[in-house]
Amino acid sequence: MEANPLLPDILFQLGPVPISRPVVTTWGIVLLLVTVSWLGMRHARIHAGALQSILEIVVETIASQIQEIIQRDPWRYLPLLGSLFIFLVVANLSAIVPGMKPPTGHIETPAALAVIVFLSVHYLGIRTQGLVNYLRHYVRPSPFLLPLNVLSELTRIFSLMIRLFGNMMSHEFVIAIVAFLAGLLLPIPFMLLGILIGIIQAYIFTILAAVFIGAAIGSVAID
Amino acid sequence: MNLSIEMMSILGAAIAVSFGAIGPALGEGRALAAAMDAIARQPESAGTISRTLFVGLAMIETMAIYCLVVALLLLYANPFVG
Repeated sequence: MEANPLLPDILFQLGPVPISRPVVTTWGIVLLLVTVSWLGMRHARIHAGALQSILEIVVETIASQIQEIIQRDPWRYLPLLGSLFIFLVVANLSAIVPGMKPPTGHIETPAALAVIVFLSVHYLGIRTQGLVNYLRHYVRPSPFLLPLNVLSELTRIFSLMIRLFGNMMSHEFVIAIVAFLAGLLLPIPFMLLGILIGIIQAYIFTILAAVFIGAAIGSVAID
Repeated sequence: MNLSIEMMSILGAAIAVSFGAIGPALGEGRALAAAMDAIARQPESAGTISRTLFVGLAMIETMAIYCLVVALLLLYANPFVG
């Protein structure tokens, strides 16, 4: 069985800063993604090779999905949303490598990503609409709704974090319990389900971030 | 029989997860059925419908996950146990 999922599991100390296992896994994932992108785009050509074609297909698909949601030129928002999606897919699927645990199954990683989304939503909203226009959407449709609007701003980011953390962590728990009951073949269907859950959660996190950004820059109404 | 704080916490966690799962399950079932219906009537808008469905299901599911977090807090980070 797992230990307490809410406590960080510390690997080593780096001066005064404790470094936990999810942080080390995150460094590994970032290194892997940077290496793959560098290898693919090192000699970018018109007649692309295999790796460059794969990367281009991935980026163009994400761009067209984002364009459908925010109804604007997606390339300004692609660096944030695209790397969020690719990082989350790799992080959620890192559990299929034996011995690795997904960093999103601990609360720090989803919290950090949610803070990034929270800050960039306001930054992009103010950049696009101007400060006064952006702040005006808090008092629409009526000034009485100001507290509720501010509250929903906080709770939707909180639920974004809790959703990713809860799904990944509870799935780890289910695997641990099933492996504890019958270790041989029974966990395999649950692990297959885990691949599906990981990809869907990465998709949902990115889509919701895109919807929040779209609402902040004033192009979509769903909230 | 007198209940200690630990036993009450375990009972509370079980009740939170079990009752917290009922509502979202019913809600997600209704949402999925409505989306199926809409896709069957208008297959050409399947992309938009399924994207909105995913976002909506994620919103509904949050309630169940709040219950899960409450249960985990009761089991692992209980403020009333030493």
